[in-house]
Amino acid sequence: MNIILRGLKNMSLNDFFSMGGYAVYVWSAYGISFIVLFLNIILAIRNEYKTLNEIKKRLQNNKK
Amino acid sequence: MYKWIHQFGSPKYFYDISVRLSKWIAIVCAISFIGGLYGGLVLAPADYQQGDSFRIIYLHVPAAWMSLFVYLVIAFSGAVSLIWHIKITDIIARASAPIGASFTFLALVTGAIWGKPMWGTYWVWDARLTSELILLFLYLGYIALQSAFSDKRIAARAGAILVLIGVINIPIIHYSVEWWSTLHQGPTISKLDKPSIHLTMLIPLLLMVLAFKTFYITTLLIRARSEILEYEYNSSWVKKYVIK
Repeated sequence: MNIILRGLKNMSLNDFFSMGGYAVYVWSAYGISFIVLFLNIILAIRNEYKTLNEIKKRLQNNKK
Repeated sequence: MYKWIHQFGSPKYFYDISVRLSKWIAIVCAISFIGGLYGGLVLAPADYQQGDSFRIIYLHVPAAWMSLFVYLVIAFSGAVSLIWHIKITDIIARASAPIGASFTFLALVTGAIWGKPMWGTYWVWDARLTSELILLFLYLGYIALQSAFSDKRIAARAGAILVLIGVINIPIIHYSVEWWSTLHQGPTISKLDKPSIHLTMLIPLLLMVLAFKTFYITTLLIRARSEILEYEYNSSWVKKYVIK
């Protein structure tokens, strides 16, 4: 399955995932980074919704 | 010019602009992430000394750069808000802290993971690593300070002072690899005239740097927006905005 080019040479998917024997290190680094960045976005968005809802509630209470 | 600064400093103006901008910046971020990852993990050839383990550089270097950059943003905003009492710089500083702490954490963790196969150890107490760890503690201290005060203005002032004292750490981190002997390798691309890295490896790295930078701006804008709403919840434009 030579679908991926590395440099100018063909590379198999297996080569890609094995990372020349450094798979554990490379993929764990990428995995952790992905999780941390993903959490950053999710928490920021959730925070915005939470604040909006709180202010909405506060305003509605004031009206009553 | 002064008018522009004043306008930009107004929370409502900042809020409106941030709503319009953040979408586009997020798109640039996604594209450069995809391009950088494809270039870095697939296209770039393996390093002749480090093999494929060098690919961690595409996370490590952008994260480390951004950990310093975000800190400088917080310090600069802190100085501005100490001198001119501008609300928006308080908000930028506070919203930046968790993102900067994340970048610092990532720089340390990816560095440790990279260090194991290359140096034979996850951690050494040398200047570069130790000063970066101190940076993480500065971030955490700043975040803790922010939640320690119920008055946001006092929290912002205390945080600004802490961060400005901690600025001394930034040049120490930057020059640590030149001042002290260390396991950490020297700079990879700061020598602009003759970078010690090949183009097929350099371009993905620059893309990843752009991706991390736009990621920071996107999350900063989202976080700043909720901070602004909290600060300004009594003003008429927030009421209008929330109700509609």
